[in-house]
Amino acid sequence: MQLTQRSKQVVNKQMTFTERIYLPAILKGMFTTLKHFFRRSNTISYPKQKREFAPVYRGWHVLKRDAQGRENCTACGLCAVACPAEAITMEAAERQKGEENLYREEKYAAVYEINMLRCIFCGLCEEACPKEAIFLTDRIVPSDYVRQEFIFGKDMLVEGVEPEKRIDVTKRQRHIQEKKQRETI
Amino acid sequence: MAKVTIDGFETEVPDGTTILNAARQIGGDIVPPAMCYYSTLKGSGGKCRTCLVKVTKGSEKDPRPMPKLVASCQTTVMDGMEVANITSEEVTKARAGVVEFLLLNHPLDCPICDQAGECSLQDLAFEHGAAGTRYEFDRRTFEKIDIGPYIKLHMTRCILCYRCVFVANQLTDQRVHGIIGRGDHAEISTYIEKAIENDFSGNVIDVCPVGALTDRTFRFKSRVWFLNPMDAHRDCPTCSGKAVVWMYGKEIYRVTARKDQNGEVHDFICNTCRFHTKSPDQWTIEGARQIDRHSVISQGHYSENAQTVR
Repeated sequence: MQLTQRSKQVVNKQMTFTERIYLPAILKGMFTTLKHFFRRSNTISYPKQKREFAPVYRGWHVLKRDAQGRENCTACGLCAVACPAEAITMEAAERQKGEENLYREEKYAAVYEINMLRCIFCGLCEEACPKEAIFLTDRIVPSDYVRQEFIFGKDMLVEGVEPEKRIDVTKRQRHIQEKKQRETI
Repeated sequence: MAKVTIDGFETEVPDGTTILNAARQIGGDIVPPAMCYYSTLKGSGGKCRTCLVKVTKGSEKDPRPMPKLVASCQTTVMDGMEVANITSEEVTKARAGVVEFLLLNHPLDCPICDQAGECSLQDLAFEHGAAGTRYEFDRRTFEKIDIGPYIKLHMTRCILCYRCVFVANQLTDQRVHGIIGRGDHAEISTYIEKAIENDFSGNVIDVCPVGALTDRTFRFKSRVWFLNPMDAHRDCPTCSGKAVVWMYGKEIYRVTARKDQNGEVHDFICNTCRFHTKSPDQWTIEGARQIDRHSVISQGHYSENAQTVR
């Protein structure tokens, strides 16, 4: 009984002389292999080399500072209320006199924690943020053995003041802006 | 009794009732928003102009429409009166204009403001306001003032509704604050930054429709939508003792008076209840407070009934 249209009859045909010595087939195969030596590689050596990520990629969050190095976040709680996984918690504090160079507004986040095991990297926090403080970057969240290590506090989230420690999010910012424009049309 | 039709809904109210209160009797979307009128404060209303409505038929005897939009909190009903609120485009347009004026000098610092989430101006602007402003000048600014140890005054956020002045006049035996200056320079003041020290002074926080007067003991502690509002009462020698405690876990973050569906307080509470009774064992907790499900405060609060659903 024929089960499928693609079944093939086996033919035990006698091989010709050129087929029997195998050499042409081997050479043909080697030529294919050799050809790949001169082709561009499809892979990269990952940790040393890194590919550019697409702007839709959502990884490790960053809490941005403004041009003067002051934290943008005012602990308004909109990211936490937008978070579907309830991964974000924060505690606010009032800016004291003399801290104007640290925090942009009179209220700031004294504690800001994201549970990276809870986070589903949906990006709703950055969409909810009224102060352009939180962004999801193209950095991959490091792995660990201990659950406690995945609760990222401000030390893991806030970018550095120095220019070389700043995290560039312009690509992501542009992407969000375009997305918002598309939605308003 | 007078028969009045508001947006097609008919109701009968006693003579002398205002259009706003007649609309509140019907309830629903047709109730005009009110920023300054407060039913429990005598003399309030007529200042903010957000409750403007169109009277399309004056009364049964004189069916001519009123020539201009009227403030519904000040205009009393007549028998056979017909009123258009949300069905009139003229009203919605005028209200959007009023909101734009209220927001001219408002700093829009909702991410910082403790009132965010329960702010009448926020709701009003969300419903009627434009996305941007057309104002090109600098907004008027004031210094933040501590009025006594419990109340913080952010004059920049004030919309001059005078509610707090009426509270001081009618609830306390001596008023020590008021509004000085006129027009753009008008501000709530205690003259020489005198502290408001009175047992019922804390109620100015509850009646304030914006975040101009906020609780200093709750300042920046949390956002209202992270807290669980619970009805609670206690035996208080000075006030009714009926309040709402805003809890986070087993901790009471703040105490407020109970607001009805119009956002108005009927049982004002004293400062001892509001600022000094923040331990859960001092209160008898009655249960979770009913919060409108469209409010951000109800976000993330799951009722116990949800568990019985299979």
